Amino acid sequence: MRRETVIKVLLFLLFAVLCFLILVPFYAVTIASFKPGEDLIRYGLNLKFDLSVINFDNFAYLFTGDHSYFMWFFNSLLLTVVQVALTLIVSATVAYGFAAYDFVGKNLLFVCVLLIMMVPFEILLLPLYTLTYNIGLMNSYSAIVLPGIASAATIFFFRQYLRGVPKEIIAAGRVDGASEYGIYMRLILPVMKPSFAAMAILNGMNSWNNFLWPFMVLSDANKYTLPIGLKTLLTPYGNNYDLLIVGSFFSIIPIFILFVAFQKYFIDGMTAGAVKG
Amino acid sequence: MIKKFLYSQKVAPYVFVLPFILVFLVFWVYPLGSSLGMSFQKIQLGQEASWIGLDNYEKLSGDGVFLKAVTNSAIYMVLTLLILIPFPMLFAVLINSKLMWGREFFKSSFFFPALTSVVVAGTIFRLMFGEMEGSLINSILGWFGIDPVKFLKGQVTGFIALLALATWRWTGVNMLYFLSGLKNIPDEYYEAASIDGASSFQKFTKITMPLLKPTTIYVLTISIYAGLAMFIESMMLWNGNNSPKNIGLTIVGYLYRQGIEKNNLGYAAAVGIVLLAITMIINLTQLKLSGMFKKED
Repeated sequence: MRRETVIKVLLFLLFAVLCFLILVPFYAVTIASFKPGEDLIRYGLNLKFDLSVINFDNFAYLFTGDHSYFMWFFNSLLLTVVQVALTLIVSATVAYGFAAYDFVGKNLLFVCVLLIMMVPFEILLLPLYTLTYNIGLMNSYSAIVLPGIASAATIFFFRQYLRGVPKEIIAAGRVDGASEYGIYMRLILPVMKPSFAAMAILNGMNSWNNFLWPFMVLSDANKYTLPIGLKTLLTPYGNNYDLLIVGSFFSIIPIFILFVAFQKYFIDGMTAGAVKG
Repeated sequence: MIKKFLYSQKVAPYVFVLPFILVFLVFWVYPLGSSLGMSFQKIQLGQEASWIGLDNYEKLSGDGVFLKAVTNSAIYMVLTLLILIPFPMLFAVLINSKLMWGREFFKSSFFFPALTSVVVAGTIFRLMFGEMEGSLINSILGWFGIDPVKFLKGQVTGFIALLALATWRWTGVNMLYFLSGLKNIPDEYYEAASIDGASSFQKFTKITMPLLKPTTIYVLTISIYAGLAMFIESMMLWNGNNSPKNIGLTIVGYLYRQGIEKNNLGYAAAVGIVLLAITMIINLTQLKLSGMFKKED
């Protein structure tokens, strides 16, 4: 009994220390957003908590200043919602095709899904860039949304989920005279609801934080998303660290709240691919 | 007629998967093909392209900066694998133990960093690893009487910052992968092993590790991908695609520099093809060695 208690305490201490190390950067950003910008430039990001310098100037600047922070925020929100909605609808439909039917070419196509999950998207940056340029989609949100709407990881997840749904539902639908599409729309989609939540959260998180491709496509500052906007605060001519730090702090907040509220779905979505069922 | 055709059970599956076929053709097959084509050309946006055969590849083989980028990416990948597979696996096993207090809290805390965008996380780490005496890491070193280090100016110290960032962001995610793998191992195995008098270490090496293999292979595959494709982390730490003596330059960074910054699209496409080849060779070898092709359906 004694030995078990010792192990319990040691385990807890180990994880408490690790947890502390992981949370330190969040603490540093949080207090930095309440410190004057000069403080950050002079001393860097640190753990010093000096009540006398704590103020809300950065927040006041962010909320009232003449800059585009909230526009970026809104753009990110809009793009995330559109991207998630389209990706889920398209990927679920494709996954149903894979899960419910046997058809010629199915295995080959599914290998393509797996292949996409293994090939770095970055390889396609240049040809996609020239393609976007040539068809005149530069600086548009469609260029950001379209390449990802049949997301391989999301298709994979939905297919795994659908494999657990009894095929009798489909058979019963056919007996009742529903069409193939009617079965999908009225019988399968409702069953998929819980998996939609997990994928909405995961895709939403990726979309909210997405940077490289939108950064290459968008050139109009009015269309910038939050990560791009924040990045532009760092320039070769000077860095607006005070605004950047409070902007960063503020960009984490929404996703934090979502995470706390829907923790289970984040974790379901994240770990779906890992276990072959 | 058309309606009847589209509604038949033979045609319906193709209608369902059609969006994937289209996206795959337009956004994968076509770009990959054109990337391959571009790599044999001298080509700049808005100008006439000219066919130059293998010149780009020949030039690449003697390009010291490219070699530096490949070395950096390879070292980064190997080091992240060495950190981000064993430790998360160990943490997952520990956190899964019956003796653990506050499991849910620790799981969430470990996952938090993954919620931040690379832009935000990179900025935070850039400032934490700043060269001033007062910045976080240097002030901690100061407690031990160590002089401030200019982390982002040196090869080894720069990589320490990069790896710290990767470890911070991904330990919790990989731990969750292993935790979900652990859930699938039946308790009876451990009970049976206990009856046979197996030690904890034996249980770990004889039951846990072999049964976690599918998860490990998955984590390995995505880590290889992420390690070789790393770019934004470096861009954020060094505030741009230029680090002193290219200490933080990666393959994708070089692709971006040649293609976007220098408008040298053909040469950059060749970089992309080499990256594709490296990724495929490593991943297929890894999957073959781990026996994935034998038992897969």
